[in-house]
Amino acid sequence: MMDNALIFDLTMMMAKILVILACTLGVVPVLVWFERRGAAWMQRRVGPNRVGPFGLLQPLADVIKFMFKETFIPKNANRFYYLMAPIIALIAPLCALAVIPFGSKVIVNGQEVLLQIAQMDTGVIFILAFAGLEVYPVILAGWASRNKYSVLGALRGSSQIVSYEISMGLALLSMLIVYGSFNPHEMVAWQNGTLFGWLPSWGVFVNPFGALVFWIATFAETNRLPFDLPEGESEIVAGYHLEYGGMKFAAFFMAEYVAMIMASGLLVTLYFGGYNMFPGMEVLVNAIGAHFSFGEVGLQNTKAFFEFVSFFTKVAVFMFIMIWVRWTIPRFRFDQLMDLGWKILFPLSLINLVVVTLGVYYFNS
Amino acid sequence: MGTINVSKKFTAKEKAYIPALLVGLKITMKRFIKGFFFRQHDTIMYPEKKRDYSDRFRGMHFISVDKNKTENCTACYLCETICPAECIHIVADEREDENNPYGVKKEKKPVSFDIDALRCCFCGFCEEACPKDAIKLSTNYELAVDSRDQAIYDLDHLKRDMNGRSEKK
Repeated sequence: MMDNALIFDLTMMMAKILVILACTLGVVPVLVWFERRGAAWMQRRVGPNRVGPFGLLQPLADVIKFMFKETFIPKNANRFYYLMAPIIALIAPLCALAVIPFGSKVIVNGQEVLLQIAQMDTGVIFILAFAGLEVYPVILAGWASRNKYSVLGALRGSSQIVSYEISMGLALLSMLIVYGSFNPHEMVAWQNGTLFGWLPSWGVFVNPFGALVFWIATFAETNRLPFDLPEGESEIVAGYHLEYGGMKFAAFFMAEYVAMIMASGLLVTLYFGGYNMFPGMEVLVNAIGAHFSFGEVGLQNTKAFFEFVSFFTKVAVFMFIMIWVRWTIPRFRFDQLMDLGWKILFPLSLINLVVVTLGVYYFNS
Repeated sequence: MGTINVSKKFTAKEKAYIPALLVGLKITMKRFIKGFFFRQHDTIMYPEKKRDYSDRFRGMHFISVDKNKTENCTACYLCETICPAECIHIVADEREDENNPYGVKKEKKPVSFDIDALRCCFCGFCEEACPKDAIKLSTNYELAVDSRDQAIYDLDHLKRDMNGRSEKK
């Protein structure tokens, strides 16, 4: 006989995992659809509009096609690593999502439940570890499929990640100095409030250059245009996932979108107030609470719901910007990419780190 | 002589990249809004809506017929002779008197008149060579078939109902 507290914890944990999984994997088809139709609209085209209303069922049709495709493994490929790469690609960003808080807390049965799957004091380190893991499937896939184009893609991917993770880490470090914590929940709590009485005290307003560097680095981290050199269709066919077909390709494809969601979630948590509500939403929550005469419990749960909505909206905005940028900017040349990473972003983030450190020292003393 | 360097130095604004980036983003956003809210597309929704081609467009052939549905062709072989792709194959025969109740007597008729649409280059020479205005090119451009055999059109198909140069609806 298990005791009730354990059952309660287990149920809540499962519920949270379910919410996050459903939100992430449910949003992916919509994103794929939006990516294709949005691209079409930006290019004066119509895009997929035949399957279902507005073509919304197009991703479903794609999945059915992927499932019925032949399972093909190249003769000289290293089977183990070849098959492992898409799995890691999908799992790494999903794991990182576990630490991103999507609301403050709900009160169920008189017990507080933090809206975050894994409560860790070292949450940001955990995210960084799994975000860094995203380069492994690229290298594994490129190396294991034993194709020269794939290897080229893998090489590009690894050198790109190395050059961008440094500036990303430095930008993150400057934020850690400001927040004084590794815990995402405490970071978001720090951003709850206002600067000068009107500006929400989001990280982006405290540390704009850090936000810019981090934002650019997320593009490179998720291999999105203008940094999609590991894939570079016109140069190296499809890069690291050239030899993958059917569901294995679909896993890479989904992984890209999950990584986008993860990167946007991280960016929102660090720099754009996390689950903090938009200015003015507090009034709405209080009005709803007053209208239905909620007690403290109901009010907190309503607040948590609106916090989730705010977080979701913020992430959605950044996803939209990612898609928008993708269909605007052409791919960088490799030397331009390296220039940007080492000669501009790295010094910028280093100087920014020094300035932020001095600023924090000045304000705290 | 030697190489002339025509590359220009980038200005500070161009080097900063962000302003140029914003210009590009503005353009795509404009297009996005036009496409999303106002449904402005350059795409023609093809099977439902078809592009208007000129009447001079050279599509699939047809053979004109008189009121009696008798083909105007007299199997003179001029089209077969001039055809650069050698895609027309005619077998001629004598035409019975009862098939010629009125008008100019046509003494010959094609027993079979095959056009291999896969060989045809749609040059229109057959139309120009024909003394009877019998073979003409319609504006029909939808010539997809399931097998090669289906792309060889016989006399019955070529005598299909036409309205001017377009297929009768």
